[in-house]
Amino acid sequence: MRLIDYANPTRFLGLVAKVLPWLGAVTAATFAVGLWLVFFRAPADYQQGETVKIMYIHVPFAWLSMFCYMTMAGSALGTLVWRHPLADVSAKCAAPIGAAFTFLALATGSLWGKPMWGTWWVWDARLTSVLVLFIMYLGLIALQETIEDPARAAKASAVLTLVGAINIPIIKFSVDWWNTLHQPSSVFRMGGSTIDASMLIPLLIMAVAFSLLFVVVHLMAMRNEILRRRIRTMRMIEAAGAE
Amino acid sequence: MTALLALFLREWRLAVRVGGGALMGALFFLIVVTVVPFGVGPDLNLLSRIGPAILWIGALLATLLSLDRLFQVDRDDGGLDLILMGESPLELVVLVKCLAHWAATGLPLVVASPLLAIFMNMEPIAIGATTLTLLVGTPALTFTGAIGAALTVTLKRGGLLLAILVLPLTVPVMIFGVSSATAVLYGNMPFATPFAILAALGLFAMVLGPLAAAAALRHAGE
Repeated sequence: MRLIDYANPTRFLGLVAKVLPWLGAVTAATFAVGLWLVFFRAPADYQQGETVKIMYIHVPFAWLSMFCYMTMAGSALGTLVWRHPLADVSAKCAAPIGAAFTFLALATGSLWGKPMWGTWWVWDARLTSVLVLFIMYLGLIALQETIEDPARAAKASAVLTLVGAINIPIIKFSVDWWNTLHQPSSVFRMGGSTIDASMLIPLLIMAVAFSLLFVVVHLMAMRNEILRRRIRTMRMIEAAGAE
Repeated sequence: MTALLALFLREWRLAVRVGGGALMGALFFLIVVTVVPFGVGPDLNLLSRIGPAILWIGALLATLLSLDRLFQVDRDDGGLDLILMGESPLELVVLVKCLAHWAATGLPLVVASPLLAIFMNMEPIAIGATTLTLLVGTPALTFTGAIGAALTVTLKRGGLLLAILVLPLTVPVMIFGVSSATAVLYGNMPFATPFAILAALGLFAMVLGPLAAAAALRHAGE
């Protein structure tokens, strides 16, 4: 079973129809376990109190904002290098989901920051680079929506996605450098390894749950996009026949 | 080689002579810098402190403004199709077009910046440093912007979209450009460190920009 076997949209739709109910059920179950652990098992932080629970959604959002972009970069390679017919559908559908996760990461971070740091927003290196990532998502969506021909829009956004994939580490590095230059006493540091297991396990389960949610939503969006394109083609054939 | 040289001269002449050309960008630069004191107030100490940043933002906006002409004119008159069919590698052609575009629109900004720096009450050493960073940094802006210009070449009114696509990519150039200029001012670090990174970013953009722009132009021509 190779990726190219699913170049045929009909076969892909068949696979989606088969997999989606199961995947949905697994996602719901993971969420149930994760949320139960978060709300009834995970301890409140000795310093942050109950607000630490924001972490269990904030960190998965932030993680998925990067993961979505990686999915799009992989799809962009698929479009430009292998010319896989579904790669551009995948890239196009991942962009709004990625933008949504990035927005949620920023919004939950802001809500978390208000009680913890006393401000909605700081020009912290991490926040700033996520903001730039968010703007890049919106730019990509704008480009996809502006070019009318789907094939051409796919190629253009694939080029931009790959340029962004190369540039995001550079932007991240620059912003880190900029931030240390401007505020040498940056206090906001959260070492991954310093988290206790009682918090780490719920966090990981929530991360898995949100990743599954991403896969489910992404597959559903791809299915819709394929159907939308079919309707478009049918309309164009009909319009051509009417003349 | 002669073909590329001829292309450079053609592009440069067109950019300088048609529609106000080089002066328009410099004029816009002047206006941006003039508007800032109306916004932040005429405090000379403040202006001299934020001067390098204002010059950089002005140069960035002026560069963006002229970018949509980079490939659009050639597409409108069919020249782009000839370039695509020509023997010279498209990447090199894009590189030459960017260089000519920079010589016609970026270089005037660099030349104008010492004069505008005086309006900002900047010290001589800061003026020199800012001009030098602009000289090294504006080509990077043009090369990065070429990607956006190539992506939006098929659109009738792609100017705003171009700016949205390109601005996030110019964040590193902006950071290191302003940092090297202010490093001289405050002496909190050696000028050479951010300046070397700025130069590296410029060289990197010189490679990535033409490659990506050429890929985008090929697909737009299909």
